[in-house]
Amino acid sequence: MDKPNRLFIVTSSPHVRSTDSTHSLMLDVLIALFPALVVSAFTFGLRALSLTAISVAACIFFEWLYCKLMKKPIPVSDLSAAVTGVLLAFNLPVSVPIWIPIVGAAFAIVIVKQLYGGMGKNVFNPALAARVFLMLSWPAYMTRFTAPHTVLPLLGNVDAVSSATPLGILKEGGSVTLSVMETLLGQVGGCLGETSALALLAGGLYLLYRRVISYRIPVTYIATVAVLALLFPRGGMAALDYTALAVTGGGLLLGAIYMATDYTSSPVTPGGQLIYGFGCGLLTVFIRYFGSYAEGVSFSILVMNALVWMIDANFKPKRYGTSRMENFKKLMKNAFVKNEDTADKGGHA
Amino acid sequence: MRASFRGGIHPDPHKELTSKKRVEVLVPPSEIIIPMSMHIGVPCTPTVKKGDTVLMGQKVGDSTAFISVPIHASVSGTVKAVEPRLHPSGAKLMSVVIENDGLDTLCEPTPVPDWEHADAETIIRAIREAGIVGHGGAAFPTHAKLRSALGPVDTLIANAAECEPYITADHRALLEYTDDIVGGLYVLMRVFPNVRVSVAIEHNKPDAIAMMKRATRGDERINVVELETKYPQGSEKQLIRAITGREVPPGKLPSEAGCCVLNVDTIGAIYRAIVNGMPDIRRIVTVSGSAIAVPKNLLVRVGTPISALVEACGGFTDQPQKIIMGGPMMGSAQFSLDVPVLKASNAVLFFSENEDRRVKTPVCIRCGRCIEACPMRLLPTYMYMNATHERWNECEALNVLDCMECGACTYECPGSLHLTQTFCVAKARVMERRKK
Repeated sequence: MDKPNRLFIVTSSPHVRSTDSTHSLMLDVLIALFPALVVSAFTFGLRALSLTAISVAACIFFEWLYCKLMKKPIPVSDLSAAVTGVLLAFNLPVSVPIWIPIVGAAFAIVIVKQLYGGMGKNVFNPALAARVFLMLSWPAYMTRFTAPHTVLPLLGNVDAVSSATPLGILKEGGSVTLSVMETLLGQVGGCLGETSALALLAGGLYLLYRRVISYRIPVTYIATVAVLALLFPRGGMAALDYTALAVTGGGLLLGAIYMATDYTSSPVTPGGQLIYGFGCGLLTVFIRYFGSYAEGVSFSILVMNALVWMIDANFKPKRYGTSRMENFKKLMKNAFVKNEDTADKGGHA
Repeated sequence: MRASFRGGIHPDPHKELTSKKRVEVLVPPSEIIIPMSMHIGVPCTPTVKKGDTVLMGQKVGDSTAFISVPIHASVSGTVKAVEPRLHPSGAKLMSVVIENDGLDTLCEPTPVPDWEHADAETIIRAIREAGIVGHGGAAFPTHAKLRSALGPVDTLIANAAECEPYITADHRALLEYTDDIVGGLYVLMRVFPNVRVSVAIEHNKPDAIAMMKRATRGDERINVVELETKYPQGSEKQLIRAITGREVPPGKLPSEAGCCVLNVDTIGAIYRAIVNGMPDIRRIVTVSGSAIAVPKNLLVRVGTPISALVEACGGFTDQPQKIIMGGPMMGSAQFSLDVPVLKASNAVLFFSENEDRRVKTPVCIRCGRCIEACPMRLLPTYMYMNATHERWNECEALNVLDCMECGACTYECPGSLHLTQTFCVAKARVMERRKK
């Protein structure tokens, strides 16, 4: 009898895996966001740190609470709630009352993320959706930007004088005279994590190096905004000056590198990612130019979030062994022929 | 620029464990188990019975089907039993068990006389008679492959990519059996008189590249191609793409793209069959992994139980958790040391700890790494989602049947999803529904 004298593990192939896990990817994102947090603390004071800490703690708490109540496995160790917490805080002005990030965290985690099915299932970026929710509910708090280096209490309420963001000034019809150094180092008004272009870019390069994100979404997004800014400068500024301001002066870098690239709410197909980045850029410029808000990054990303599945279904990679022409014909057929029998179904829905 | 394809992954190679070690001859043990199914296709029927005396190289099983090859005794001795025995596939399959007399008395070899002037038909028939199958892992009968490629093929690719981690069997064959391989190429040029030959080697084997360049110098028809080191570079379709820029249409054979791809060790076996008259009864096996005392490349008779390989490599240093026949990406896990080495077994690996990271609740975070890794440019993310909801029509529309189960997506997945495993099931379901 050929009975094995010990038991071995028998599984289907493959038998090895890379060491990257959800935890390690999210940890990389946190590492990438760290320089921006340091600059933020320097620019806006220690209140930036306390808001971030409250936001992270609230996100983790609500994720734990929801999963506990719903008897779901508790995924806090994957660090995704912590990333949402940091990004949410980065999208707040430093002067908001401390209950704002807590309400925002509850909205982001419970309503935007968990009610849609949790990790990997949510349609919209939780931090951005929460930001827009807060902005529509408490516009006074959410648009009260303070000048850099204003002394603010660590936790207490703020009644500081507000100073406009560069894009806000442009919207009002004013003109902006900022040096490139000021925007690169984030010495301007704005949300607490969005102002330092240099820190955000450094984190972005780290994420690219670690293969956490691909270049496709951030590069197409930023390039689209830059090209349009170059072609259509505003506020009587020189084209190059305005382009530098459009790229570094608002929430574009934070949005393009860290929010638009959110795995769950962005396309997974390489072609789709290019289209998505382009769409985000186009909408951002449209809102900045023609909308009543000074800033358009949050709204454009959320709108593009809603289109992700359509984009993925229509920009699938070329199937091995087929020609590009065949694929293009299929795409056209899919776009214009709505007959169930003839249309090539996207394969999901 | 090194030839390559789009997609793929870079797993830890671990080839340094055995790549510098010369092939050692393993003395065949007293009992040899020859399964009647060592190839893709129809299993053979035993042509010997219990008590018969067999010679080394004598036919012990044959079949009349086209996709099948005869099977030969790899040692001389007495047939101890003709009964179902444990097979690497996990089932018990009909096998001829031979009591080895240790003499290796050779059956009369049957080389092709004057092969340099023989025609394609004679050579292909001799290749079938020698029982040659693809040594790269899939074990497809070589004569059937050659026959289907007659006519339209203008490129012959000798596949020495050996992209799976750990395995160094082909690498050593290139270095130590160079003459057999080059000779085999000339035999194949009798079958395909007008082909250009590409010997495809990943760039992590510079010694093999240099050796083959030296051995084929002066013949313009043979070209040694350096490939990027990337998994699954040795996969037929990816290799054709990397070398010729052509792609094989879905569901079609490589000959549609004018190519015939053969593993280098198979080509060596062809030479030995045609010129020396030796059937396919031995092969190089890489024995490696974290649990084995002395990793080695062994020249093993087909039918040797893997327990004999372990013994030849100094036993275990550590309690093995997993035994893999083949590479870690596409090989199959074994639960017994009694299974025999087959014609296509290029490696036997022993892992002391489970290298596969398993988590209780795998979750897709839609990172898209699987899509970047997929060498067939499929969408594992969506295929997985549909398969787990049993939406087989959608799976089919996403071309799940194109999946070759290379495991690249699963290797990359940070959420530890069982992607490849799910697609195996999905493919089976889609095929079932097609038949209905």
